[in-house]
Amino acid sequence: MTVETYTPRAFHRQAHDALGNPQIRSNFRRAMDGLMTKRRDVFSDWDLETLRELGANIRLRALARLPDLLEQLEANCEANGIRVHWAEDGEEACRIIRELCESHGAKSVIKGKSMVSEEMHLNAHLEAAGIEALESDLGEYLVQLNEQTPSHIIMPAIHLNTDEISDIMHDKTGTDRTRDVDYMTAAARAQLRERFMNADVGVSGVNFAVAETGTLCLVENEGNGRMTTTVPPVHIAVTGIEKVVEHLRDVPPLYALLTRSATGQHVTTYFNMISGPRKAGEHDGPREVHLVLVDSGRSRIYQDDELLDTLRCIRCGACMNHCPVYTRVGGHSYGTTYPGPIGSILMPHMLGLEETKDLPTASSLCGACGEVCPVKIPIPDLLVRLRREAVGEGRGNVHGAGVKRTKKEVAAWKTWQWLATHPSAWRGSLTMAGKLRALTPSKLGPWTQYRTAPKLAKRSLHALVKSHRREGEGES
Amino acid sequence: MTPVKLYPPKSEKVYFFGTCLVDMFYPEAGLDGIRLLEREGIEVLFPEDQTCCGQPAYTSGYQSEARAVAAAQLKLFPEPWPIIVPSGSCGGMMRTHYSQLFAGTDQESLAGEVASRVYELTEYLVHVCHLQLDDRGRAETVAMHTSCSARREMGLAETGPMLLARLGQVKLVEQERAAECCGFGGTFAVRHPEVSAAMVEDKVQAIEATGASHFVSSDCGCLMNINGRFEHQKKAIQGEHIASYLWRRTS
Repeated sequence: MTVETYTPRAFHRQAHDALGNPQIRSNFRRAMDGLMTKRRDVFSDWDLETLRELGANIRLRALARLPDLLEQLEANCEANGIRVHWAEDGEEACRIIRELCESHGAKSVIKGKSMVSEEMHLNAHLEAAGIEALESDLGEYLVQLNEQTPSHIIMPAIHLNTDEISDIMHDKTGTDRTRDVDYMTAAARAQLRERFMNADVGVSGVNFAVAETGTLCLVENEGNGRMTTTVPPVHIAVTGIEKVVEHLRDVPPLYALLTRSATGQHVTTYFNMISGPRKAGEHDGPREVHLVLVDSGRSRIYQDDELLDTLRCIRCGACMNHCPVYTRVGGHSYGTTYPGPIGSILMPHMLGLEETKDLPTASSLCGACGEVCPVKIPIPDLLVRLRREAVGEGRGNVHGAGVKRTKKEVAAWKTWQWLATHPSAWRGSLTMAGKLRALTPSKLGPWTQYRTAPKLAKRSLHALVKSHRREGEGES
Repeated sequence: MTPVKLYPPKSEKVYFFGTCLVDMFYPEAGLDGIRLLEREGIEVLFPEDQTCCGQPAYTSGYQSEARAVAAAQLKLFPEPWPIIVPSGSCGGMMRTHYSQLFAGTDQESLAGEVASRVYELTEYLVHVCHLQLDDRGRAETVAMHTSCSARREMGLAETGPMLLARLGQVKLVEQERAAECCGFGGTFAVRHPEVSAAMVEDKVQAIEATGASHFVSSDCGCLMNINGRFEHQKKAIQGEHIASYLWRRTS
């Protein structure tokens, strides 16, 4: 299966295409408006700020002890009968999962929702080895049928409307062409149920991995997570190393923040706590449970006390829902596994700034993302930090630092710096510009494609204040 | 919990930092801001050597250039007077980002001290001057656009509307998605012109849909962007800086 490919290098082209597609524009606008309203309504009865503070502190506390907690998690998981594997990068994680599948002679894998598996392109890897990997989250299933990647981390098929979904299901699975959502859901459910029963291995993600108990928590609404982790004889959970939390009691506040921020729900339909394989005398559950802990650049972010904040993320997608850029261009435009504001601060670490240099600038720094982030990640500040890295003014801690630095831009900023630090030259140039304002070009490249060029004032504020002072003296 | 900001009593003198956009494109707004303060009996000092707060380079990642320009401003406010800025964006830069910009340098404490004296104009007029306005204008409907930096960096979404509410003949109408960015974002509008255009297009539609005959903003970046779009579409509606609007109606 060839999945439609988007790349962060083509952000401008992809955004251009999305902006020119009225269907995409209206699908995203409607969906994001709805999610913003839901979040706002569900938080009205909460002391949101206190909860955010708590959430941020829990995540900070966990990250402060990350290496210790990971070891504790490993020890407690193993004690519970969960086998723990460590992967330096996505490739290694894919290999571990494939080998586990092969050791059980698995031909078919059913997957619950997992962004880490998207990040490491697990499906393609398994399929290349002759193992079928089927997504069981409804949205993921639809985008997989449509040979696409998710366009949102919580609602992967949010870019599709009912008509498009009906067409996809009709074309790929032979269902009736209808707008009846219940019919389509029932059809997908029947199709997936059969696959759950026949799958050899279930792969899931992890929302919170609890170090003190070795418990894997999974938040979901459709039951695909529970089916994935209980029906097949082998369950493999895969997660980034940052998902660990210290205590079991840390989970409820984070869960409350996650569901409310993401979909405006107080709780989800399912909340799974997986603490090991089937025990003697139990009638169901997998016979083996594995946990694959993936690094993929995370420990590199961890070394930097500013960038580290990126790892607080609990993957709620609220920053996307509230981002005016994401709302206009949609998730595919970013060309990355994690789109939107969080993607723009996370993906440069995974792919390097060579690939992702346009993403940190794809924000007006309006601050909506930082305002809604349930764990208070200073996303706008991190975007600026990455812009510094991209032009070689950071600490050089991001792969590809300096790639965006051009002689032309440097010269422009140096000129600006000189003028702005030489006040009389600054005032002189303003006076000159005011006199020559008739010559101001009416075309200013991209700016005037959609707007009329701003007109320089005849007299600058410096000049007006001077006259004002003279008038004042004249009066007295 | 959002901390409650404590405001000092009205100062006999204040510094006025005009911002580069006001200086170049909307000088009247700056002068009107000065007049409003002077009418309250405040002596307004305008350090002549001021140029730019450094934000354009800062948000573009050019930290050293931004620091050099910002450092030149730090010297201009030696006395302990408040520094009034007619822009949430530049005010936000000075108040919240100078500490990061100068962290670990010799000017760190000076930057912090200057930052602590920065007030956005409407903030100072509302919370310190308790400005009363005698509206002499005709009855009209006005929409307000609050910049993202005033709203989120400075927490000042209310001060503009509070001032407009004190104008007896003015009816303030709220635009749909009032908290959404107009798409300016400084260099964002140049680096990503199409995305920015989509954002400003929605904004002009929202403002138009209010039926207001005027709109005001405390940020010249937003004004330049929104007005530029209105003008490009040959629409009559034009926004003005809130300082000019307040001065015009009360003088």
